[in-house]
Amino acid sequence: MTTHQPVLDTSPKVSDEIRRTTCYMCACRCGINVHMKQGKVAYIEGNRDHPVNKGVLCAKGSAGIMQHNAPSRLRKPLKRVGPRGSGEYREISWDEAISTAVGWLAPLHETAPHKLAFFTGRDQSQSFTSYWAQNFGTPNYAAHGGFCSVNMATAGIYTMGGAFWEFGQPDWEHTKLLLLFGVAEDHDSNPIKMGLGRIKERGARVVGVNPIRTGYNAVADDWYGITPGTDGLLVMSLIHCLLKAGKVDLDYLARWTNAPALVAPDGLLHRDENDKLLVVDRADGVLKPFDTKGIRPDLAATRDIDGATCRTVFQHLSERYLSSDHAPEAVAERTGLSAKRIRALAGELARVAFDEAFEINQPWTDFRGETHATMTGRPVAMHAMRGVSAHANGFQTCRAIHLLQILLGTVEAPGGFRFKPPYPKPVEGHPTPHGQGRPGRPLDGPHLGFPRGPEDLLLDDAGNPKRIDKAFSWENPLSAHGLMHMVISNAHAGDPYRIDTLMMYMANMAWNSSMNTRGVIDMLTARNDDGGYVIPRIIYSDAYSSEMVAYADLILPDTTYLERHDCISLLDRPICEADAAADAIRWPVVEPDRDVRGFQSVLVQLANRIGLPGFVESDGTPKWTDYADYMVNHERRPGVGPLMGWRGEGDSTGRGAPNPQQLNRYIENGGFCTHHIPDTAQYYKPWNAGYQDWAVNLGLYDSPQPYLFSLWSEPLRRFQRAAEGHGPHQPPDHLRERLKSAMDPLPVWYETDQTGNDGFTVNALTQRPMAMYHSWGSQNAWLRQLHGHNPLYVPTKLMRQHGLQDGDWARVTSPHGEITVPVMEMAALNDNTVWTWNAIGKRKGAWALHDNAPETAKGFLLNHLIHELLPPRGDGLRWANSDPVTGQAAWFDLKVRIEKAPPQTESQPVFPPTGSPVPDGPSELVWKVAD
Amino acid sequence: MTQLPEKTDRKLGLVIDLDTCVGCHACVISCKGWNTENYGAPLSDQDPYGDASGTFLNRVHSYEVQPEQGVAQLIHFPKSCLHCQDAPCVTVCPTGASYKRVEDGIVLVNESDCIGCGLCAWACPYGARELDQAAGVMKKCTLCVDRIYNDTLPQEDRVPACVRTCPAGARHFGDFADPDSNVSRLTAERGGMDLMPEQGTAPVNKYLPPRPKDQIAKDIDVLAPLLAPVDENPGGFLGWLDKALEKL
Repeated sequence: MTTHQPVLDTSPKVSDEIRRTTCYMCACRCGINVHMKQGKVAYIEGNRDHPVNKGVLCAKGSAGIMQHNAPSRLRKPLKRVGPRGSGEYREISWDEAISTAVGWLAPLHETAPHKLAFFTGRDQSQSFTSYWAQNFGTPNYAAHGGFCSVNMATAGIYTMGGAFWEFGQPDWEHTKLLLLFGVAEDHDSNPIKMGLGRIKERGARVVGVNPIRTGYNAVADDWYGITPGTDGLLVMSLIHCLLKAGKVDLDYLARWTNAPALVAPDGLLHRDENDKLLVVDRADGVLKPFDTKGIRPDLAATRDIDGATCRTVFQHLSERYLSSDHAPEAVAERTGLSAKRIRALAGELARVAFDEAFEINQPWTDFRGETHATMTGRPVAMHAMRGVSAHANGFQTCRAIHLLQILLGTVEAPGGFRFKPPYPKPVEGHPTPHGQGRPGRPLDGPHLGFPRGPEDLLLDDAGNPKRIDKAFSWENPLSAHGLMHMVISNAHAGDPYRIDTLMMYMANMAWNSSMNTRGVIDMLTARNDDGGYVIPRIIYSDAYSSEMVAYADLILPDTTYLERHDCISLLDRPICEADAAADAIRWPVVEPDRDVRGFQSVLVQLANRIGLPGFVESDGTPKWTDYADYMVNHERRPGVGPLMGWRGEGDSTGRGAPNPQQLNRYIENGGFCTHHIPDTAQYYKPWNAGYQDWAVNLGLYDSPQPYLFSLWSEPLRRFQRAAEGHGPHQPPDHLRERLKSAMDPLPVWYETDQTGNDGFTVNALTQRPMAMYHSWGSQNAWLRQLHGHNPLYVPTKLMRQHGLQDGDWARVTSPHGEITVPVMEMAALNDNTVWTWNAIGKRKGAWALHDNAPETAKGFLLNHLIHELLPPRGDGLRWANSDPVTGQAAWFDLKVRIEKAPPQTESQPVFPPTGSPVPDGPSELVWKVAD
Repeated sequence: MTQLPEKTDRKLGLVIDLDTCVGCHACVISCKGWNTENYGAPLSDQDPYGDASGTFLNRVHSYEVQPEQGVAQLIHFPKSCLHCQDAPCVTVCPTGASYKRVEDGIVLVNESDCIGCGLCAWACPYGARELDQAAGVMKKCTLCVDRIYNDTLPQEDRVPACVRTCPAGARHFGDFADPDSNVSRLTAERGGMDLMPEQGTAPVNKYLPPRPKDQIAKDIDVLAPLLAPVDENPGGFLGWLDKALEKL
């Protein structure tokens, strides 16, 4: 048969219409073009004009269509009729659902607002949900940061006024060396992939520091397969090498950091009577305010203060890190890295930062009034997120990484790390925490904040925590994101008190979002002697039939992300880039075909019915009818609202009166708004007068707020000082020693609590696959075909040691529990670490999955091995498995033992199925919107 | 048996950069989304909420490599039809449904002539064809033939869906018959390789090999002098600091 070439239509019509909105398949918040055919969603691609993704889109984003049509979507409000966990419900009307919720919540608001605990998971509306909780008057509100990456966020804010991801990004166009620490595929997913591509195109080097070589570490030019939890040791050893060789940026440190400040005998920094930091001017040896024009701050100065000779911060830190305790040879064994490779990395950092320095011909003026002819580039950038965060020494490790960047002079220098508006923003630019609940009245400020010292803790007169999660208590003073992982445990224990209603949003606490899953399920179903539940009422909102649904009493079904309004706001966690402010909306590109409502609109309706202050006028009439109305018409400060674009008459950005046409303008512009930073203000933002003025004009601040980076952290020192016995606010004695070591004003490394770990020597980690990270699940038909199985990956050495082959089963035991799971060998893995993909395992009955789904049979969770509390010490106290500084959940401190087990048909433990509020999905998908 | 054209006017294909591919599967799902909605029968999924098995035109595999010296590596390897010049899947086709286009070299399946016999999938040494279980016809990468010439799309979007979506920029599309094209230049500069050349299929798509890894400690002789101590004597650091500050 000869060639027979048919005639093809190579220009078919792609769609009837493109509707541009914002993705919600993870936390990245890319712009998407939703192609519509006959009013239906036909195809989703990236929006080329969008500042975050510039047209590209990850697997999650492209699979959004399967999230939107998922059979696991909830369809109607539900009221539980069987016992908790049974999954037996009655479908109810929205009128009944709202009335039920109001009936439970209104009396609490009027009498005891703290008895409502409201915690959100994959919430992208935290400035709104926190506003709601603030007006309800409960101190018990937070989102999921406490079990995610609060260590990174908080360490960054306290050190330099911002951290990675939403706070800033590498200078992808100029950097020549990128250092990635730990799990890095989690946040900022598309921008980092785009950036990696860009720097590889330029031949720049990528170094990965991670026990596991997957994803970004697989493409890294050099991989350091570090022992989990020892990153701080490595970083401080790099600092040791650099200091010893004088490879630090002294000019940068003198000008822009508190390195020249003098440490007074009390460990705080020397200030004048107006509380202004003083430094010695090297030109004349005189102590002057740090912001004096023309000053040359002296890093080598000493001064007698209060009868003692005081040295600068720089001298203190040099002394600490020059110590041979930090030499590569001293940390090699603990980090699992050779001294030679540590030195090579330090040498490469020095070479690139200083030998490859460059100038950008861009004049700029600093806050002292000095004009600089050029901007000096130091092309070393770093990134880290969950990996280093999820250890109980993570806060100080994150501080160490920031210190390393700052010593090299790369932060906010061309080629280094660049902040994204509204950052930089120092601790002083943030609120302190608020938690004084008063019946019928709002809190006097936002829940979450940054304590400056012990006086900002949320403790009652008896010294007990005011919050159910014990955030901002002596147990974890700087818990700026709350401790979601402790809410259910504490509420069940009545420690510090009992609550009435637990309300949660997009948080799968009865499964993969909790440590100690079995235990949490038992707490959710535990009953008092009178037969009532220990946690009396649970309200839950979710779009999908997740495992948590079965444990709620009232279920408020949410929409999919294509059916709703949202704002990605500068008041919250915006989508800014280093060279522009940006915010965005979601809007209903299709209407729901089910009886569901966007949860934020439901919150507005609840607030209106309860009459929450802030939501109703003085005569009780509602201010807003739904979330879209709030997005446009709410003003947080006069002229400053959730969205920055097209304010006033439509010609104002940042500040201006509400504009009724604002959402239409966003939709016309592709769902987002950008506002560019002038060239002169692109770098050195914390100190750049041009940037500060731009930020004031936009409404990010109300006055310029230049500041110095805190190498020496005074807030930390204030807590440490209290632990030493000074001041009116004193910690309980059992926490003194821990506070003294953890609240060190300079970055420090300490071994995490090893109570109960005798005989458990293998590190066990999890990560989410890139195609699923931060994706609020629906058991997406396309994505689950990529990652439907999760073996336990075991390094070659341990496979041999335990006589294991691929497909064998192993019993994995921790001080807390035991699982039996299939194993697979992996060579590109730290010798003493096992890991698996997180949250692949699902419970039978959830997510509209069929009985033969691999996720419910062989899929498993490592969560069963991790407890929210450390093993009991016999002191009667409940010690949280959390970072003692921030309360960050220490997921990755897990130590296990493995041994070969007989073959199984299912991973152990097996949970009985729950009832499902939705029917099973179809047996075949042939998805095409007909022309 | 079906004949291949003696020569094609252009040789359209992909360059896939194995040094840059992070294994994120963006290309896999973007391909699924476009091609289920466009050219030919949709890419169906059987038991999509159970033990799922669906049709994909592009899949990413991962392989571990253990060098003789040094730590193990992981290579992400996206695989789709390579649009071979000597495509055995075409010559084996009993109905003429499989063909290679004269104008651009794209290998396609004319679904109306396909009887779903599966011979082409057996003949393909790369496993790049999948028989759709719902439609009963053979599916394969079309190089998005309904995008690349589509004058209803903006010019910049006339590339395969996988190329448009790849976040890391690891996929490149172009004409290998033009020695000055982006794909020809990349192949020349980076040592682009044929996949399994011994099969004699003369694939059009090329793979850029990973750059050498884990070389940093080999540069220690260059890097070590950068770390020479400023002063070995006790207190010497402060002396150095003083002098260094004077020079600022």
